[in-house]
Amino acid sequence: MAKTYEEINEKIRQGKAVVLTAEEVAEMAKTASAKEIARKVDVVTTATFGAMCSSGAFLNFGHTTPGIRMETIELNGVRVCGGLAAVDTYVGATDCNPQNPTYGGGHIIEDLVAGKEITLEAWGKGTDDYPRRHVKTLITKDSINEAYLYNPRNAYQNYNVAVNSTGTTKYTYMGTLLPRLRNAAYSTAGELSPLINDPECRTIGLGTRIFLCGTVGYVAWNGTQFHSTKEVNAHGIPTSNARTLAVVGDLKEMSTDFLRGVYYEKYGVSLFVGLGVPIPILDEDLAQRVSIRNEQIETVISDYGDNYHILGKTNYAALRSGEIEVNGQKVRTAPVASLAKAREIADILKAWIQEGRFELSAPVRPMPTGTSVKPLEIRGFKDETGIQ
Amino acid sequence: MTQKIILTFPSEVSGDPIIYELIRTYDIKVNILKAEIQPGQIGTLLVELDAEEDKVEQAKAFFTSRGIATNPVSSRISYDESRCIHCGNCASACFAGALRITPPDWRLHFDPEKCIACKLCLKSCPLRLFSIEFSPLN
Repeated sequence: MAKTYEEINEKIRQGKAVVLTAEEVAEMAKTASAKEIARKVDVVTTATFGAMCSSGAFLNFGHTTPGIRMETIELNGVRVCGGLAAVDTYVGATDCNPQNPTYGGGHIIEDLVAGKEITLEAWGKGTDDYPRRHVKTLITKDSINEAYLYNPRNAYQNYNVAVNSTGTTKYTYMGTLLPRLRNAAYSTAGELSPLINDPECRTIGLGTRIFLCGTVGYVAWNGTQFHSTKEVNAHGIPTSNARTLAVVGDLKEMSTDFLRGVYYEKYGVSLFVGLGVPIPILDEDLAQRVSIRNEQIETVISDYGDNYHILGKTNYAALRSGEIEVNGQKVRTAPVASLAKAREIADILKAWIQEGRFELSAPVRPMPTGTSVKPLEIRGFKDETGIQ
Repeated sequence: MTQKIILTFPSEVSGDPIIYELIRTYDIKVNILKAEIQPGQIGTLLVELDAEEDKVEQAKAFFTSRGIATNPVSSRISYDESRCIHCGNCASACFAGALRITPPDWRLHFDPEKCIACKLCLKSCPLRLFSIEFSPLN
C-alpha cells in the first residue's frame, strides 16, 4: 500500500493529488484510521511563523571601479560581516548597532525584500588589486547580484513554555514575562508545526523543497543544535526543543507578508520567518504521524527568571485553552508566534501543490541520528561572567 | 455606569487635590488605574468613574472648569492593524485582558473597555505597532 515520491508527483502533475493541512488531517483522524488516511491522502502541509534568531542573508554587491576589498561593511549603519572575500557579506538577523538597538539585521533583510534602498558603506585597507579604500552608495535587491536567505537554525521541533517566577518583569525573546507567573508564553504551532508531523525526519532531509517566506526554498542541512536523542512521549514527540532545520531560498522572490524584522524590548533584533513543509504520505506510519493532535504534543514549562528551571509539563491543547496550572497556580497563556499566519502558509502550500505548481523532493541525504547538544565549557581561563 | 477616562492636568493644577474634590462634591466612586503626576508639571491620570450618568457628566464639567482635559480611553491606544502579524506578544503581556489572541481565528482582538493604558503593549510588540496619545490641553 506504500506510495513513492514519483507516484505522488505524478498525481500532482495531473492535478489529482489529495492535499490536506496538518490541522485538517488531525480532524479527519478522529473518524478515519491511519490505513484509510494513507490510502486517501497524498500530501499534508505543515507550517510555522515565528521569530527565528538564527537567520540571515548572503549578499553579493558587485564590484566598483576601481575595486575595493570590503573589510568593514555597514548597511544602514549596521555593521555586517566583512570576512567574505571582496564584495560578499552575510547579514545576520540579530546584527545591530548598539547606538541604535531597535533597528538591525532583521529589518535590513525585510527592507531588502520590500525593495527599499539601503545605504552601503564599506572600508578596505587598499591592496594592489583592490586599491579603493572607501565606498558609499545605495543598493536595492535588484541592483546587487545574489541575495539569498540562509538560516542556520529554523523551525524548532517543539519549544519550551516560558514563565517568570521572580518579582520583576523579564524582557526576553519569548516576549514580556510578567512577574510571579502572571503569564506563560508558548511559540510552537502545535499540530501544524513541521517537525512535529514527521518527528523522526523520515521525509525531511537535505534537499527537501519547502515554502520559505513566500517563495520556494529548500532544506539545506540539519539545523544547528540538532538534537535527535531527546526524550519522547508516548506519541513519539520530543517534549522540548529537539531537531531544527537549516533552510535556504532566494531573497529576491520573498514577500514581507512572511518575513519581518522585529525588535524585542531589552533583548534585540530578530527575524520572523514563515516556513511550510509538505509531508508526503508514503505509508501508514506517516499517516499516523501527521494525525497527531494538540493534546498529544507535550512540552516543558521553563522558568526564564530562574536559569530555565523546569517547573512542569503541559500540552498544546491546554496552552490554547488560555490557562494552565504551574506550581498549583492558574497561569494565563498566550502565543508568541502567529498561528493565523502559519495557517495561511499551510493553505498557500496546499494550493501550490493542488495546482501542480509545487512537486515534492525526496531527501538527497537523511538527517543525522544519535546527535545531542554540547554545552560550552569554560576552560583555560578564569570565568569572568560580566553579569551586572 | 462606569466610565474609564484619561485626565490630563495642566501644570498649574497638578498639585491640587482634584480627586478629593471630585469624591466630596459629586459622590463618585473613583478607581485610579494609573497616575503620572508631579507638582508643577503636566500630569495624566487614568481613572474609572462609577456613578449615575448625570453625575459623571457633572464631574466632566468640573474637570473642564479646572482646565483638565478628559478623554475616553478607547480613543487613546491604537495599533497599525494592517501591519499586525498576530504573533501574540502584546496579548501575552496584557494582564488586563484587553488584547487577546483567541480561537477560532487566532487573530488579535482589542477590547478598549478592558484597557487600563499600562502601555506594556507598546514595549511588547516586536513590530512597534502600538501608540498611545494624550490630547492637547484645552
